[in-house]
Amino acid sequence: MPSIKVLAEREERGVRFTGGHTLCAGCAEPMVVRTVLNAIPDPVVVASPTGCLEVATSRFPGTAWNVPWIHVAFENAAAVISGVEAAYKVLRKKGLLDKRVRFVVFAGDGGTYDIGLQALSGALERGHDFLYVCLNNEAYMNTGVQRSSATPKCAAATTAPVGEAIPGKPQERKDLTEIVAAHGIPYVAQAAVSHLIDLANKVERAMNYEGPKFINVLTTCPLGWRTPRDSAIQQAKQAVETRYWPLYEVIEGRYKINYKPKEHVPVEEWLKTQGRFRHLFRDPQGKELIAQIQAEVDRRWELLLKKEQCFGVGG
Amino acid sequence: MPAKTILTGVHFMNGDEAIAEGAIAAGCRFFAAYPITPQSEIAERLAWRLPQIGGMFIQMEDEIAAIAAVLGASWGGMKAMTATSGPGFSLMMENLGLAVMTETPCVIVDVQRGAPSTGLPTLVAQGDMMQARWGSHGHYEIIALCPASPQEAFDLTVKAFALAERFRVPVLLMTDEVVGHMYERVEIPPEVPVAPRRRPRVPPEEFLPFQPDPDLVPPMACAGEGYRVHVTGLTHDERGYPDMTPEAHDRLVRRLVDKIRLFPEEYTFYEEVQLADAEIAVVSYGISARVSLGGIELARKAGIKAGLFRLITAWPFPDEAIHKLAQRVKGIVVVELNLGQMSREVERAVRGLVPVHGVFHAGGRIHTPEEVFQGIEEVYRRCR
Repeated sequence: MPSIKVLAEREERGVRFTGGHTLCAGCAEPMVVRTVLNAIPDPVVVASPTGCLEVATSRFPGTAWNVPWIHVAFENAAAVISGVEAAYKVLRKKGLLDKRVRFVVFAGDGGTYDIGLQALSGALERGHDFLYVCLNNEAYMNTGVQRSSATPKCAAATTAPVGEAIPGKPQERKDLTEIVAAHGIPYVAQAAVSHLIDLANKVERAMNYEGPKFINVLTTCPLGWRTPRDSAIQQAKQAVETRYWPLYEVIEGRYKINYKPKEHVPVEEWLKTQGRFRHLFRDPQGKELIAQIQAEVDRRWELLLKKEQCFGVGG
Repeated sequence: MPAKTILTGVHFMNGDEAIAEGAIAAGCRFFAAYPITPQSEIAERLAWRLPQIGGMFIQMEDEIAAIAAVLGASWGGMKAMTATSGPGFSLMMENLGLAVMTETPCVIVDVQRGAPSTGLPTLVAQGDMMQARWGSHGHYEIIALCPASPQEAFDLTVKAFALAERFRVPVLLMTDEVVGHMYERVEIPPEVPVAPRRRPRVPPEEFLPFQPDPDLVPPMACAGEGYRVHVTGLTHDERGYPDMTPEAHDRLVRRLVDKIRLFPEEYTFYEEVQLADAEIAVVSYGISARVSLGGIELARKAGIKAGLFRLITAWPFPDEAIHKLAQRVKGIVVVELNLGQMSREVERAVRGLVPVHGVFHAGGRIHTPEEVFQGIEEVYRRCR
């Protein structure tokens, strides 16, 4: 498993994702990108749909990408990487290429959970050999914090504004990790930017498999979450500690929870640190809504525990 | 205090917000969209405003879904709108054709930005004008309006809803990033007439959902009212049932085109500025028409009598008005933020009577008055 030392050595040997991009101060996305790329020793080709990462890493006249990189439209990253992967397959078959090249998509939650879901599902079903990394910061941050289907219930967003009658987004977030797992692909995982070694390990394990691999990484957005700019790691960590964002893997259908918090930390502890949930601590109906959010966190956690029990590595 | 449906009074708002308020004033109570720069302000305002007045805002999973939801809402009896920019407009094209074929009244806003593809998400262009005309497959007619200010964005949104109901068609509001984002005075009147939907006038058992009135537009029943509602994108007869014969197809497509083409006086809007004595006419629309006024001023100072013909209706193109214009002036300059789209229409309508010169820019910024002036000078030299 790659240690911090190994990751750092690889970065020193050849930087794949440089600084100097224009992602916001306190944005957690570049840490994810660097960790993922450093965890793959083989040559990589990267595709990114429209989103914060794409916009901020490819501003004229520079680029942060030291690997072949293709920006595609908002909805089609998985489809484009399918074509890239298939083309390389032909090159190998014809003997024009002997190296093993790896294919990685970095996409946001909007480009994955919403508009890109059809392309993702198609690529998973066809079985292309690629890793899809969802940088999930739980809203359309690039266009100004509109709600996505990854946005948690009750979070404020510009298209889910908080008012007297409607307390932010009315719907629960989509459980995309499970939707992807239902495709029966070899490797699916959830990770968080607060647990980078866990993430690197997951990438390395994923790359042992031929076929589609998917990692849903919770990253934090100080702008959209309305949190201090130095709190990204704490925010993600607290999401894991409260069981809001469990770290787990589904390897060839076998569930494994990578980290089980010893203490039960109420989700309220995480909610109260973020401006997007501020109304829950101000408005009279807030208590009830927090209880609903907690109930859903508990429900999903219990379900995950059961899945691990029934379909676990030893089960 | 209950929220107001019409914000009567004087406001300082941008074009996107004015479109949102125009829609509400016109009776729109359903808006579905997907985030995209530079239209997101429309969605954000309606996400906040519509729930206050008993309307419905839905953020869909993409633009295909957004326009599809609008068609569904229209068939459910509501006045419905969606808004987007270039990439989303491209995704909407199939369902735009569906709206034409199923004669579904609705309004679609395109806040144009630099393109092709992702292009310049935050910067202006007018490159979707031909896409507005021919973007969906097949032969059809379409109505498209081009506001040049936030005030006009409000007014034309109201107009778009009225035309959508009058002709049972999707109406396009082709604006641009600068009009969308610029703040100006917007005056909202005390009352805005809400265009009625043409309802069935016969009992349900006699009703044929696509039997046109003499003006070729069929009355529209909505789902759940007891009338037969059979909607299909297939070629259909007056019952709404598929009829795949060449005769039925030709009859239907001709009617869909003619129901608009036969009534140009109802949707042909343009503005003439200083044209009375003009030797050179600048033809432009949207934000480019505003800039052109500066170029015309420079020309007049230099002794060239120039004037502006501002297209408010882009589609159907006002052939006759442009042809008459060509009979009055010695030369025409077309100013637009693409490399020549509406200018082709101008050339076609002018039929070689006078030289037509394009002042084109692919977008990213508006023209300067000097560039427009140079274009005027160029034509002036050529036609002397």
